[in-house]
Formats: sequence, structure tokens, C-alpha cells
Amino acid sequence: MGQYAIKMPDIGEGIAEVELVLWRVKPGDTVTEDQALIDVMTDKATVEIPSPVSGTVLSLGAEAGAVMAVGAELIRLEVAGEGNVREAAAGVPAAARASAGAAASSTSAASSASAASTARPKSAPPAVPTPQAATSAFDDAPPAQAPRHDRPPVTAPVAMRAPGEKPFASPAVRQRAWDLGIDLQFVHGSGPAGRITQQDLDVYLVSARQPREAQARQAGYAQRHGEEAIPLIGLRRKIAQKMQEAKRRIPHFSYVEEIDVTEIEALRAKLNEGYGAQRGKLTLLPLLARAVVIAVRDFPQMNARFDDDAGVVVRHQPVHLGIATQTDAGLLVPVVRHAEALDPWSFAKEIARLAEACRGGKATRDELSGSTLTISSLGPLGGIATTPVINHPEVAIIGVNRIVERPVFRGANVEARKLMNLSSSFDHRVIDGMDAARFIQAIRALLETPALLFVE
Amino acid sequence: MPVNSSRTTRLLVIGGGPGGYVAAIRAAQLGIATTLVEGEAPGGTCLNIGCIPSKALIHAAEAYDTVARAASSSSADSPLGIRASAPSIDLHRTQAWKEGVVSKLTGGVAALLRKAGVQYIQGWATVVDGKTVDVVGPGDGAATTRVHCEHLLLATGSEPIELPQLPFGDTVISSTGALALTEVPAQFVVVGAGYIGLELGMAWRKLGSEVTIVDVADRILPGYDEELGRPVLAALKRMGIVVHLGCTAEGMTEARDGLRVRSRKADEFVLPADRVLVAAGRRPRTAGLESLQLDMAGRAVKVDSSCRTSMRNVWAIGDLTGEPMLAHRAMAQGEVVAECIAGHKRSFAPLAIAAVCFTDPEVVAVGLTQEQANQSGIETVSASFPFAANGRALTMEGGEGFVRVVARHDNHRVLGWQAVGTGVSELAAAFSYAIEMGAQLEDVGAIIHAHPTLGEAVQESALRALGRAIHV
Repeated sequence: MGQYAIKMPDIGEGIAEVELVLWRVKPGDTVTEDQALIDVMTDKATVEIPSPVSGTVLSLGAEAGAVMAVGAELIRLEVAGEGNVREAAAGVPAAARASAGAAASSTSAASSASAASTARPKSAPPAVPTPQAATSAFDDAPPAQAPRHDRPPVTAPVAMRAPGEKPFASPAVRQRAWDLGIDLQFVHGSGPAGRITQQDLDVYLVSARQPREAQARQAGYAQRHGEEAIPLIGLRRKIAQKMQEAKRRIPHFSYVEEIDVTEIEALRAKLNEGYGAQRGKLTLLPLLARAVVIAVRDFPQMNARFDDDAGVVVRHQPVHLGIATQTDAGLLVPVVRHAEALDPWSFAKEIARLAEACRGGKATRDELSGSTLTISSLGPLGGIATTPVINHPEVAIIGVNRIVERPVFRGANVEARKLMNLSSSFDHRVIDGMDAARFIQAIRALLETPALLFVE
Repeated sequence: MPVNSSRTTRLLVIGGGPGGYVAAIRAAQLGIATTLVEGEAPGGTCLNIGCIPSKALIHAAEAYDTVARAASSSSADSPLGIRASAPSIDLHRTQAWKEGVVSKLTGGVAALLRKAGVQYIQGWATVVDGKTVDVVGPGDGAATTRVHCEHLLLATGSEPIELPQLPFGDTVISSTGALALTEVPAQFVVVGAGYIGLELGMAWRKLGSEVTIVDVADRILPGYDEELGRPVLAALKRMGIVVHLGCTAEGMTEARDGLRVRSRKADEFVLPADRVLVAAGRRPRTAGLESLQLDMAGRAVKVDSSCRTSMRNVWAIGDLTGEPMLAHRAMAQGEVVAECIAGHKRSFAPLAIAAVCFTDPEVVAVGLTQEQANQSGIETVSASFPFAANGRALTMEGGEGFVRVVARHDNHRVLGWQAVGTGVSELAAAFSYAIEMGAQLEDVGAIIHAHPTLGEAVQESALRALGRAIHV
């Protein structure tokens, strides 16, 4: 038997440190070669780290939420045959092995012991509150060990089931629940193996149903106490850092202009009617992207990245368009490479592919970095105007607001027209207000006379 | 089509099979004005040309076979020491007895419908729209009755699938034909090794036919796990039934006295046959429903958890709604629909529907197999108890087969049962009880099961899963 230390591997592109998001194993677990040990997060991409060997987990290098430098000890395994750690050096995790039976709680000892893992001062022992610590942060809450549902004695026990676990009840109980209009999902099962009994229904009825109106009336105006600390980890923390950086460095100014999209919407409807079946349906986004690509030819200063430390603005020939996308985990900006070389349908396909990859958490690092200009859209929730934050180190971002139909004077007549605002932000250090306005007016001209989009 | 008369009802049920008649009786009990339309006899496929007559035929075949076996063995090797002279069978009498059983039951259904106050119309229904149905019949040039309803329940059932290369007619018969034969065919070939093919193949073998079974699949009883099929396959071999697996039926010979079969190795051979039973499955009977343009799930009508179709106040139950095509499922769905129409909130949400195969030995499966449970991410424990260690089974010469239980690993709740052996169909009730009531292995193990019965194997399999079986 030997000990085998696995170091945090270099996962590419000059990444010096990663955040531990989710451990897939705990001390005492048996792992096989290629089994996933942990999910780690780099600059916006989550990566699974597989085990290079088979063995038993002795200790974890740090808890989830910690930031770890590449090369630091990630995990230590006990393996058959000789390991890669000499006995003299193996002293530290030997202590961890003693407490390995105590599962997760033993990891803090291990993490403070492995020096390299404390790449940042704030990841010293409980720097990032663990979920357990978060629950105990309620004011005057009982110790964290006490189950939470013990606190309000008046209500029925909360139905405690593992996620995906269906409630279980005998046929007669199921039928009575239907008659009473009770969703069994919310009923605690006190019977053997968590089975919901007739008594459980009675308790649920008494506690949850009858006093509900009274409770609700009181609850609406009751004084509330306590607070909840939610640790910022993973993608959320990355977003926070990035936004802070952008706002701290870049003096933003925003410019909002109204665009009449009646014509381009009519064109889009025609295109979808004629080509939707073979080529896929177009949204407005690919057409807007085309307008941006064309406008950038006359305003190359918009398609640029400003290295403010070096004091150099780099203008780019290709237009790599970042498209701000909402996912379950938070905001991601997948990048459509060489948008200048894509027709609207190819662009739409690429967007759909990237959005799918992001939502499924499968986007690669390359697909999430390297943009030169960004479009941000909240779709139907686009509002009237927004003040988008520039995707540093870019110098401009174009925000799309929602389309509304409004009466508009055209000559002497009032007509119903579809109007949409573009809310854009610029880096005022390198872009003057006049240039920004001209740039947006150029986009407006293209969108309002959509034939120009197809003139080369 | 000229409409001769019209009537109005709250609920109109099309189809008087197990699903339709149960729904109609339950609806009438709940005070809903109900009309039932049936083209043939009440009771549907199940009572007339399915479950009931096939079980009657199987019983008769079994009785004949018992005597025949006693007659064929010399007294020295007849294990029970019974001696008999070779039996003969008057199939006309057998068929008349079978028809008697059927008509007793269908007559009973008709009486129950009458007693409950269900209006019964004999005739064939054509759906005009979701609230209107024309009924023609019975007979040629019969009058057409137009029925207006508030709720329409489709329970039209299913029909045997006809193979294009073997259209039904003369020697090629469906299960209906195979149940009605009045002479024992010398050479009986069955296409399809599912439960219908095996049940009828075995029955005719016992009545004296040379039976051959052909199936394109690589194993018999594809609806059940392989271990369950093994004792059945052994029984087929013992009975002298030849099974050709991985073989396709190509069609009849020109003289129509044999079935052309192609094996996977691409060689073609001919099985002499004076009857060919095509038992290649059943398909939902949707003819006459086209005008509704309901959403479909494959060939079946798509329904939600309360048996609602895509059209408001049009409901569908039973085989029409797809697999599993079982009478007891249709009946349970029928009750759900009747109670929903009466204003109750109901779902068709069973944990398990028993599937029984009346081969010799019989096969029962209820709930999940270990493989199915593991596929849905549930960790399981499983154990089986052999009938070779069950006293009752041995006293009935039924020492082969086993009972197998599948339970959750974490809390030992029973998820599924599988059994194969003589007479195990009657264990289906115990199996379903355990699953629907949420019994744990400890419950089943602690309940006293009467001795000497096959049920002891149920208890012992649970004990074995807990690592403390007594008799094995």
C-alpha cells in the first residue's frame, strides 16, 4: 500500500488557480481510474478532474468553495503498490487518515495542512462559509445540528425527501388526498420507509389547512428576524469579480436610441415564411449582428480591446461577437467567432448551438472567451432602456430592448409602428460621444432600411 | 347516412370490453346517465375471444394431457402410479363448454349493465364529432341512431396485427381462430413467441398437435426477463414443441400446406402446416375515430394521467391507449374516468400492473425488475426462492421455477416481484398488495403465510433477501 497525491493539473491557457466547486468523492470512498473526483471552475468554464489511478480517498486538499493554485495537492489516495509520496512526507495526511471516518468534517484539518491550497488569504479555514455555516447564521437560531423543522412546533413536519424521490402512500391514502385536494409531495411520511399514512394526512390538514388563512394574515404583517448568509461561489463569484473590474476601470457612458423595426420585422417574417422550413427561423438577433458587423467597417474603434495597463487599443479585423446569455447558474457570454463571415442563418445556428452548450454546462473555454464586441439582450424582458456594463477589456456593448408597437406620425398620418430601443455603453476613455452616436445611427440606418444589410 | 332516430345521454361509452363496461357501470352507480355501444357481445375481446376462452381451452387441454400422459407411460414410470387408456376428445363438446363459460360471463355483464341502469345499444359506432356518434346496426340496412353526449369515452380496444406476407384467411388464423378450432390440427405453426403464441401453442400441443413456434427475436417472452423465460423454454422442449428463434415467416407455400421460414443465416426452409397462428402482437383499434383528429402516441390514442385525450370531454382507456394491453388496466382506467366525470379528482397512478402469462409453467411479473430499478438509479436488493424447496409445489409435481423479490436497498420497500412456476398466477394478488401498500421486506418476512401453500415462497424470498431464509 502506498500513498498517491494528485496535484491540481494545469487545465490550460495560463490558468494559475481554480475554484473547487463540487467534490464528487469523500474520504473513505473507493475511486477507480478515470472516475470524476471534483468539478472545478476556471474563468467561466467548469471542468471535471478525473482520477489518474484507482484507490481509496485519504484526504481532500480543500473544501468546496476554496481557490486552489495549479500544482497544489488536490487529493491524496491510498493505492495498491507504491504510491508517489515517500513515507517521510506522508506524515500529514496520516493524521487526516485517522479522522477520515468522520467524512467531510475532517477535511478542514487537511486543507489547512496542505499549504499550497491556501493560495488566497481568505481561503484560510472557514473563509468561504459552507452551506452548513450558512444555516447557522440565523439570529438566535439553535445550534446548526438541530434539524430545522423542530423549530416551529405548530406546523406539521416538512416533507423531507431526497430530490427526485416521489412521495409514497397506499392506494386509499392516495385517493383521500385527491379528494382533499392535497398534493402528497408536501406531506411528511411518518410510516415505515417514509410512507404517508392516514394520520399524516390528518396532521397535514390540521396544521397546514385550517389555520392557514389565519396564519397567512398574520404572516403578512409579522415582524421578521434573522438573516441568511449566501456564499458567493463558482460562476456567481466570477461574475461579481468581472463586473466590479469593468465598472472600476471603465468610465461608462450610455446612449439610447429608438429604432423603427417595422420594416425589418416584416422582412424577417417573410424570410421565415419562405426559408424557415429549410434554413431555420430567424430572430432579430442575427440581423442586428449583421448590421453591427457592417457598421464596424466604418467605426473600427468600436471593435477593439483596450489594454489599459499598457495604454494600447488593439483594433480587430475579425468581429468575434459576444452574446450575453442567461443560464441557470448565471450570466455567460458565449462568443460567435468571425461573425463577419456568417450569413444570418449560419449566425442563428451558431447562436443556438452555443446557447445550448452554455445551458447544458458544456461550453468550452474557447467558446466563452475572446470576444471583441458584445451584444446583450433580455428578449421580451428587455425593458425600455438599460445601462449595460462593458465586457472588459472591450470598449463597447450594445444592449437590445424590447419591441413595442406604438402610434407614430408619418407625414400627416398616424401609423402603428414597431419600435425598439438600443441601449449601448461605451468606454469614454477611448470613444467620444459623437463617434458612439454616429456608430449607433449607422446601425439604425441599416436596420430601418433592411435592404442595405444585403448590399455588398 | 340517414339518421332514423336520435337520443341524448351524459356519458357515451364506445366499446363494451372490460374497460368500457366497468366505466359504464361505475358511472351509472355515480348517477351519470350512461349509454354503452357495443358492436358484438358485451365483454369485448377479453370475455369473448381473449382471456376467458383461452383459459378455458388451456384448462381443457391440461385435463386431456393429464390423462394422455398417464396412458402413454407404463405403470412403472408413471410417477403417480396412475394407469389409463388413451383418451380421445370431442372438440365440438369442448368448444360448446367453452362457449358456455363465455356466454355465462357475457350474460352476467349484460345483467350487471341492466341492473346499474346503463342504456345498452347494439351496433357499430362512427364518431361524428366529440359530442355526436352515429350507431348503425345490428345487421345490414339497419337503422342509424344518432347519440348526443356530453362526455365521450373511447374504449374500442385492440385487434391482432396482420402480417402482410400472411394475411388472415383459410389456414392462416389469428388468436380468435385458434380458439375456435373444432378439429385438432396435425401440424400447428405459431408465428410469435410472445405470451399469446406460447399459451395457445402449448394448449394445442397438449391436445395432440405437432407444434412449431417461429419468432424473429432471439428469445421467447420478450416482455419478461430472460431468467423467467428459462423454465418455460425447458417446458417447451420437454413437450416436444420446436422453437425456431431468429427466424422470419416469409409466407405460405404455393400449395398452402406449409410456412416458408428464413433463418438469420439466410437459409430458407418450409414448416409443414395445416394451421398457422399469427400472434405478432395487437394494435389499438382506431378505425372510426379519425374525425376527432386526436393527438396520438404512436398508434395509440394519447391520454393524460386521468385518461383525458387532447379533446375536451373526450376520454380514452384500455388497449386503445397502448401498452400494457391488459384487461385489468382498462378496468382500473374505466373507474378513474367515471369518477372524474362525476366530479372527483382521480388519477390513474398505479405503482404496478401485474402481467400474467398462462403458459405451463405460468409466469407473473409485477412492478420493477432489478435491472429496471437500477436503470432508474435505485439501489436494490433481490433474492429468489426456488419452488424445489416448497412443499406444496412438490406435491403438485410443480418443483420447477421460483419467486423473486426486488426491494430498495436503503429502506427495503418492495418494488417488484417475478415468479415462474405451476399455479403462480394466483400469487399476483399478493405481489400487488405488497407493492401498492408499501410493504418492506421485513413486513413480508414477518407475515405468517399458510402452510402448505405456494405463498410460503413469497415469504421465504423476502427472508432470503434479508439474508435469513429458513428453507434454503
